[in-house]
Amino acid sequence: MSKSNGRKRMALIASRGTLDWAYPPFILASTAAAMDMEVAIFFTFYGLPLLKKKLEAKVSPQSNPAMPMKLPFGPKALQNFDWPLPNALMGNLPGFELAATSLMKKKFKKKGVATIEELRTICLESDVKLIGCTMTMDVFGFKKEDFIDGIELGGAATFLEFAVDSDISMFI
Amino acid sequence: MGNGINAFNAYGGLIMTEYKEDVLLDCSGMQCPLPIVKTKKMIDSMEVDQILKMISTDPGSINDMAAWSRQTGHELLESITAEKDFIFYVRKAA
Repeated sequence: MSKSNGRKRMALIASRGTLDWAYPPFILASTAAAMDMEVAIFFTFYGLPLLKKKLEAKVSPQSNPAMPMKLPFGPKALQNFDWPLPNALMGNLPGFELAATSLMKKKFKKKGVATIEELRTICLESDVKLIGCTMTMDVFGFKKEDFIDGIELGGAATFLEFAVDSDISMFI
Repeated sequence: MGNGINAFNAYGGLIMTEYKEDVLLDCSGMQCPLPIVKTKKMIDSMEVDQILKMISTDPGSINDMAAWSRQTGHELLESITAEKDFIFYVRKAA
C-alpha cells in the first residue's frame, strides 16, 4: 500500500494491554494524525484487548517497580509524597491492582489527561487505521463482535504492507 | 472565556499582539496530546488565512505547537507565555 500525496507515515505495533502502556500508541497515533501523517496501529497479543468495546485495562504495579505511588487527593504535600511501598510486595495484596488502577485513573482525570476511550475515538475520527491481529483473536478466543466498529482485521502481512513505506515505525 | 479581550485583561494588558483571532480555542487544563489534536480539528474547520488563537496550560505546547506548525505548514504567527498560560496565534495555510 503506497503512500498517498507524499504524506509522512507512521506504523505502530501495540503489544501491551495495561492502562499505562495503552497510552503511548494512542497518544502518538492521534498526534501524528493531527500532524497530517498516515497512521496505522497493529494490535497484537496483550495489545489486542485495547480494541474491545469494553476497555478493562489496568495498571500492574508489580511489573512496574519504578511506578511512583501517589495519592490523587488530599493536601498537596501528601499528593506529592511518594509512598515507600514496595510494589513487588504490595502487588500480592488482593485488590491492590484494582486500587492502583482506580487511583491512577483519578490522577489522570484530575491532571486533564484524556481517557484511553477518548484517545481511541479521536484516532478513529482522524482516520488512524486500527488493525486487530487475527492470530491473537483465535488464541485468546475473541470474536469480531467483541471489538469496536471501524477497525480492520489482519495478520503480520497486513501490517507490513503498510509499514514497508513508513517513515516512523515503533514496537510498543 | 468568551473572547480574546478577557485573556488580555487578565494579565493587566501586558500582552501585546498585532493579531486578532477569527476563532478562539481554549485548551486550558488539557494535557498532551489534546491541545494539538483540538488545534488540528479546529484548523480543519476554518477558512484559509483565518487566524486561530489557542490558549493552553500545558508547558509542552510551546515546543509542540512549533513542531506541529512546521509539519503541517499552518503558520505559527506568535507564541506567548503569560504566567501559567501559553497563547498561540496560527494562520491557516492553503
